[in-house]
Amino acid sequence: MTLRSLIRHETLLALLLVLALVVLSFQSDRFFTVANLLNQGRLMTETGLIAIAMTFIIATGGIDLSVGSILGLAAIMTGVFWHNLGLPLPVAALAAIAVGTLAGLGNGLIITRFRVPPLIATLATLALYRGLAEGISQARSVRGYPDWFYVLGQGEVLGVPTQLWVLLTVAVIASIVLAYTRWGRTVYAIGSNEVAARFSGLSVEKTKLLLYTASGFTSALAAVIFVSRVSTTRSDMGTGIELDAITAVVLGGASIFGGRGTVLGTVIGLCLIQALKNGLSLAGVTGDGTIMLIGAVLILAILASNLFERSGTR
Amino acid sequence: MAMTGVELPPVRPRTSARPSTLRRLMADYGQEIVVFAAILALFVVVTMVNPRFISANNLTSIFSGNAYIAVAAIGMSMVIVTGNIDVSVGALIGVLATISGTLAVAGYPVWVAWFVPVLVGMAINGVIGILVAYGRIPSIVVTLGALSILRGGLISITGGTWISNLPPEFLIAQKRFFDIPFPLIAMVVLTLLAALWMRYFPYGRSLYALGGNPEAAVASGIPAERRVVAVFVIHGFFAGLATILFATQLQVIQSTVPSNLELTIITASVIGGVSIMGGSGTVIGSTLAAILFATIGSALIFVNVSAYWLRAVIGLLILATVLADMLRRGRA
Repeated sequence: MTLRSLIRHETLLALLLVLALVVLSFQSDRFFTVANLLNQGRLMTETGLIAIAMTFIIATGGIDLSVGSILGLAAIMTGVFWHNLGLPLPVAALAAIAVGTLAGLGNGLIITRFRVPPLIATLATLALYRGLAEGISQARSVRGYPDWFYVLGQGEVLGVPTQLWVLLTVAVIASIVLAYTRWGRTVYAIGSNEVAARFSGLSVEKTKLLLYTASGFTSALAAVIFVSRVSTTRSDMGTGIELDAITAVVLGGASIFGGRGTVLGTVIGLCLIQALKNGLSLAGVTGDGTIMLIGAVLILAILASNLFERSGTR
Repeated sequence: MAMTGVELPPVRPRTSARPSTLRRLMADYGQEIVVFAAILALFVVVTMVNPRFISANNLTSIFSGNAYIAVAAIGMSMVIVTGNIDVSVGALIGVLATISGTLAVAGYPVWVAWFVPVLVGMAINGVIGILVAYGRIPSIVVTLGALSILRGGLISITGGTWISNLPPEFLIAQKRFFDIPFPLIAMVVLTLLAALWMRYFPYGRSLYALGGNPEAAVASGIPAERRVVAVFVIHGFFAGLATILFATQLQVIQSTVPSNLELTIITASVIGGVSIMGGSGTVIGSTLAAILFATIGSALIFVNVSAYWLRAVIGLLILATVLADMLRRGRA
């Protein structure tokens, strides 16, 4: 292991995270407590699930802007299936996840069959899926879910928030798949050079189709967790979450042009953002001031990483 | 060969040496014609259902209501033509509108309240351009960061309050010249000027060169970095002009970021035929697309569809337009 391989983006980012944790725990003694950190894990699960799927998509050189709208649509459908159609809640939640997965499949079909660039395709479905959520719900919210349902979003298993287990499981599986399987390498191959990947006999279209479908699935899964956490469904849920997820992925070292990016990087990026949000709010900085800082961190981190890379290759 | 997925276009026998005018128009302005046809079709159908759709009042609101989106989409189209993108323009317009309103209420002359934001917009986008061109950070990343900074900064300074008591002479978007609403005049004039500049001036053409093939553009002597900074500054200029129309249309300004404005503006550019890959598209298309959105919004009201379906219909229409464009290109 050489020095070069140690100065990877993830290593730098992890150091930045440790630094942030140290500084923030000096700012407030309520920050570095187990209860607080676990609660922060609870809050970042929805963005996290979406960001993990987004890592794969960005690694292929694509993007999915419709994730927030799929979240909103799946949330609304949970309420509609349960409250309006009278399905048992577990069935309703699964059906809503199926709707979200289909929405993702729709993205994939538009992108692979019609060769519409992902940015445009998902920009269109961002409007379409959010519009469906608004139209179906007519801006009415559904409340009053049974108590057991809140275990997913508000409860704990073995002392850890339930949804954090979900996020951990997805993160571990995703990082193994992306790093160690033939299929994961295909993702990078597509992102580095799609034409070459196609000529090497890799199933480019099938891989992409699967990725956008998976992105729909994780968005819908995030929706059910979201509903369980905040005890209500509204059609505007998840608005803007695509930008949070993309920020985490890019901060985590993925190249927006494809070919680079790891699940570990994304998870560290997520933690850094969440730590900043929470730590600064405990230190008395307003939420909006924190948003500003996250924007600055994003730009500076990429700038620094660019400088390191260039000095490294020369 | 079939296994590789590469398809050769069918050889088409040439009937004449020069392509017909119609075919040339379709090749140059295909997407613009599609959007224009969509607007016409909507007008015909909705007017048959409800003739009041083409009343003077409604036409005025359709053609001037989205003028600020069309003007902002001019700059956005230029940015996209060079192969970049800006997701922070909605936040920028929110910030500039707040500056504009604050200056107007503080008693500065109205032209100061109108044009200081234009300069600020150019300066902020200049910084973004420098980070993209010289910092070599992809524009989507820089503007994603800028979006957070502008949005967070605006709310933490103003708290999202309403600015009221705007002086009447400040509200230029409500004025009419020769009985034509000012936003409509501004939209048409700015669109035509920008379209001519991009089509016939070397500087304008160089934007297409840069987006179409950056290496070839640099090899032919176009200073890529300086052009990218310039195009962001020009985009800031149009965002500033859009702000004048946006901030002066009502009696009050809310000092927050208008939600989803950046996506509406990007969508207008893209639906208007600006290729997200860079190198092609015109501002005439993006302006037509902005008018199309306003037409859809108004049409829904006139055929009595709940406003909550508006976004779904716009989404479907965007999708239909994009797919039609893909099919058309597949055949061309």
